[in-house]
Amino acid sequence: MTLLRHLAAAIVVALVLVLLTVRLDAFRDYQMAEVACYVVAVAGLTALVGLSGQISLGHGAFMAIGAYSAALLLLHLHWPLPAVLAAAAVITAASGAVVGVAAARLRGPYLAGATLLLAVALPSLALSDPSLFGGDQGLSVVTSTPAFLGPTFPPTRWQAWLTCGCALITLVLLANLARSRVGRSWRAAGDDEVAAALAGLNVARLRVLAFVVSAACAGLAGALLAITTSIVSPGAFTITLSVALLTGAVLGGLGSLAGAVWGSLVLVLVPTYVMDVAASHGLSSSAGSNIPVAAYGVVLVVVMLLFPDGIQGGLVRLYRPVAARVPAWRGLARRKTTGPATAPAPQPRASASEHQEEGSI
Amino acid sequence: MNRSHRAGLPATAAVAAIALALSACGSSGGSSSSSSSSALTASAPGITAKTITIGSHQPLTGVAAPGYDEIAPASNAYFDYVDAHGGIYGRKIVYKFLNDQYNPADTVSVVKQLVLQDNVYAIFDGLGTPTHLAVAPFLNSEKVPDVFVASGCECWNNPAQWPETFGWQLDYVREGKILGSYIKKHFAGQKIGYFYQDDEFGKDGVKGLDDEIPAADVVSRQSYDPTNINVGPQVAALKAAGAKVVVSFSVPAFSALLKLNSLKLGFSPTYVVSDVGADPITLAGLLEAYAKQGGAKVSGNALTQGIITDGYLPTLGDTGNSWIALFKKIHDQYIPKLPFDGNVLFGEAVAYTFVQAMLKAGRNPTREDLVKAIQSGLPQGPAVAPYAYSASVHSGMTGAYIGVIKNGTIVQEGPVLTTTTAPTSAITPYTGSAPAAPASGMP
Amino acid sequence: MAELFELTLGGLSVGMIYAAIALSLVLIWRATRILNYAQGGLAMFTTYLAFTVITHTGSYWAGFVVTLVAGLLLGGLIERVVIRPVENKPPLNAIIVTIGLLIFLEGLAGVIYGGQYRSFPAAFSIDGLHVGSLALGISANDVFVAAAVLVAALLLAGLFQYTSVGLRLRAAAFSPPVARLLGVRVGRMLTLGWALAGLIGALAGVLVSPSTFLYPNSMDSVFVLGFTAAVIGGLDSPAGAVAGGLILGVALSYVGGYLGSDVVPLFGLAALVVVLMIRPEGLFSAAAARQV
Repeated sequence: MTLLRHLAAAIVVALVLVLLTVRLDAFRDYQMAEVACYVVAVAGLTALVGLSGQISLGHGAFMAIGAYSAALLLLHLHWPLPAVLAAAAVITAASGAVVGVAAARLRGPYLAGATLLLAVALPSLALSDPSLFGGDQGLSVVTSTPAFLGPTFPPTRWQAWLTCGCALITLVLLANLARSRVGRSWRAAGDDEVAAALAGLNVARLRVLAFVVSAACAGLAGALLAITTSIVSPGAFTITLSVALLTGAVLGGLGSLAGAVWGSLVLVLVPTYVMDVAASHGLSSSAGSNIPVAAYGVVLVVVMLLFPDGIQGGLVRLYRPVAARVPAWRGLARRKTTGPATAPAPQPRASASEHQEEGSI
Repeated sequence: MNRSHRAGLPATAAVAAIALALSACGSSGGSSSSSSSSALTASAPGITAKTITIGSHQPLTGVAAPGYDEIAPASNAYFDYVDAHGGIYGRKIVYKFLNDQYNPADTVSVVKQLVLQDNVYAIFDGLGTPTHLAVAPFLNSEKVPDVFVASGCECWNNPAQWPETFGWQLDYVREGKILGSYIKKHFAGQKIGYFYQDDEFGKDGVKGLDDEIPAADVVSRQSYDPTNINVGPQVAALKAAGAKVVVSFSVPAFSALLKLNSLKLGFSPTYVVSDVGADPITLAGLLEAYAKQGGAKVSGNALTQGIITDGYLPTLGDTGNSWIALFKKIHDQYIPKLPFDGNVLFGEAVAYTFVQAMLKAGRNPTREDLVKAIQSGLPQGPAVAPYAYSASVHSGMTGAYIGVIKNGTIVQEGPVLTTTTAPTSAITPYTGSAPAAPASGMP
Repeated sequence: MAELFELTLGGLSVGMIYAAIALSLVLIWRATRILNYAQGGLAMFTTYLAFTVITHTGSYWAGFVVTLVAGLLLGGLIERVVIRPVENKPPLNAIIVTIGLLIFLEGLAGVIYGGQYRSFPAAFSIDGLHVGSLALGISANDVFVAAAVLVAALLLAGLFQYTSVGLRLRAAAFSPPVARLLGVRVGRMLTLGWALAGLIGALAGVLVSPSTFLYPNSMDSVFVLGFTAAVIGGLDSPAGAVAGGLILGVALSYVGGYLGSDVVPLFGLAALVVVLMIRPEGLFSAAAARQV
């Protein structure tokens, strides 16, 4: 039944999005496609970080793997698009398994450090074999709108449909997964590893599975990004991308799929908006072009301070009277008092924080 | 469990709300066709009776920004000068350069915004090779003129596949050949070491060098990654190989680092540095702290003394040159806060070339008129060698002179040398004379 | 042979900078259990302040002192204003706040100073030192850098081990409620921890900027390597931070010199993975918690 309900919601949203793509101009369609790509990646990341409690600062690397896989498959093997997207997800999932196994014993900042370095190091792999990976210039990705849409169908609208469709499919699948036994096991292992292990869960396998799923999402997102921007090159997958994905996940609301949507909207729209505001004030000088950068940083800090549960959490709080009667609003958000455990701190500290929450002293 | 389908409704409402907001912002700016002056019409997207709007993508912030963020303001300064002196057939130039932070994904975004939303007439001086490669196919499929790309890649010379795209500056392969021929002539038989950026800028330069320098002479090839400032290991390797001449295809920061690390290791070869990384003013600025160092035995200009480089625009130190005088005057008037260095010269010179092309395109140009104007050939302008533009060639400059840095300026040595990008083509001296800058400052 | 010597010494001097950044990250981690992603940005900003002072007064040491004081003040201020509200929230919130802070500082530096490279003076000569005719491959300034970082590390260790302030700092980090019961002003100790980290970071910034040139993003790559060094050494161990920095500096120097610069990031990743596979909490951290 859960699946049917999720599908019904997805179909409604899909219809609204189709209407939007027709109503809005080509550039807004392109922005919709961008947002959809990010939603796919951020949703996978929020499941990893929010549900299974493992931090990753390296999901940009997984997007790169998916993007390059898609580019190479299209360039050399000329597979049809659905096969390419599926293959990109599978290939990236496999790499996620490798990373998950290597990272299975790592916690907190150590996991963060390892994934950070993964994000830094992987693009340089693309430079190691320029003939295959196109080196610094990258590979161009050429796709065309499918024949059944007719010759005058705007490519940006087709790309918006493609990416939004994939985003909806991903959200439905993740929503089902989160409500399944796997999702509950993830939450259990993320909340308290020792208790979960005692209860019979194979914590290591769950952690690897979380990496696999989130990597598959990131790989799909990378492939979609490759198709919408028509190019893959190392310069598009810097550490900034990985940090942005994590920022989007936390800002939107960790562990919440709706949060993934809010976070992606912020990632795509806020920088453009701030840049437009700066440009309309005539600030084109080099000093002026840094004002949007500083403003974006302030936005991040302020939103995190005002909405510790992210935008989704903030929305829930605002609509608390309604939400109290409609449990569905909370999505998959974790309970507020226990954030994802990023480090099994040495025992004294952990008990100290518990005592603090109980309000003593 | 009846959570999910209720979740759909609020989410849908939110999506609809956002959609309304977006579509409110998403108004497409159509070109207004007022007919104030009798002859001027809105002949193309981005052209009105009063204005010409062009766009560009530039790294204004981020790791690639230092130095390059001066180019677009410098072009804008020249455009302001032109606007103050009658404009292009009475139209003012509106130059919208957006920040892509040298990230190709952002480049796609800003260029699509410029073309699809802001309806610019042309994309001018798009900066960077990996960044511009991301948008060249789009610009060509949308038939938007893509003129004077700020990159020395040979790939812009592709009229069959990219008829709208034109290069401008001397490409890196030609530059490598010209520098290589100088080394072959003056340092024959000596041990040569390469130090190059590990992207297409460095690799194309090395390709050109290898066309000229015998392979047996090259004892060490060290590449550097622009995100890793520690080039000590590479310099140590060059020193261990015994290189007497180091050819460097590096950006200014890394030319300076090469020099500083060599000082530390007691390594003093002759340096031959690409024009990209050898602007004496920028280099002196990077090294000036060491010049002021108490106890140091070197001064700033001494650190750049003797560096051999090339140039495809007049040298900044040649204050008697009419182009330098013109561009300096415009710089002093419009952008006095920026240093008058190689980047500013580049920006103003390429803007001058654009104005040349627009004037040739006619009073009411379509987008095709601009392309045809460039293809019919452009007068030489500030470049030291003629442009190669034709219907079958979309690359710009064909040659450069060799110069040596003496007392903080580049002093030309010998004639301007021209060549093509083919591996075996000869390097021939250019015997024509460079035209002087027009007295009015307008082409 | 000479190349090996040069690479080793060069690696050690670069490693000292990584060690300094690692040290400041360890300080903040031990005090507040937060990963300060803005550490490099803070160092960059305080170095710009030093640059302003040096340009106006002409004195390097005036700028040096000012930057250390600025690091102290800025670190403490940031903890009090921006970090305190998120200290008891999920740890990821603090990371995002520090990411936002980093972006803000880089933008602010760009607005105030512009994006171009600034040449930052070194404390001492950068000419290579020679023993007879053999070039050692390091300069007087490199010796100063190493000495400065070592002195700072030793002073910190001394502070923690032998002073009452250090005892209070350790108590506040170990068990805040118990420390409160014993009269320790825990909040002040957290601020002091961040202030000291700001000081060390400022020191790192001023020491490394001559080689990286100063611009808003100049500390980004140094931060990544400093963080790697901290992880290798163990985030709980200041000695581990220094050791991790030196090991990383020398290893990457060898790789860059013998294998080429393009494999350096990959090698760094491989090294980190190897270390963490053997000891998931870093080389020098305390015994890992027992797993069921």
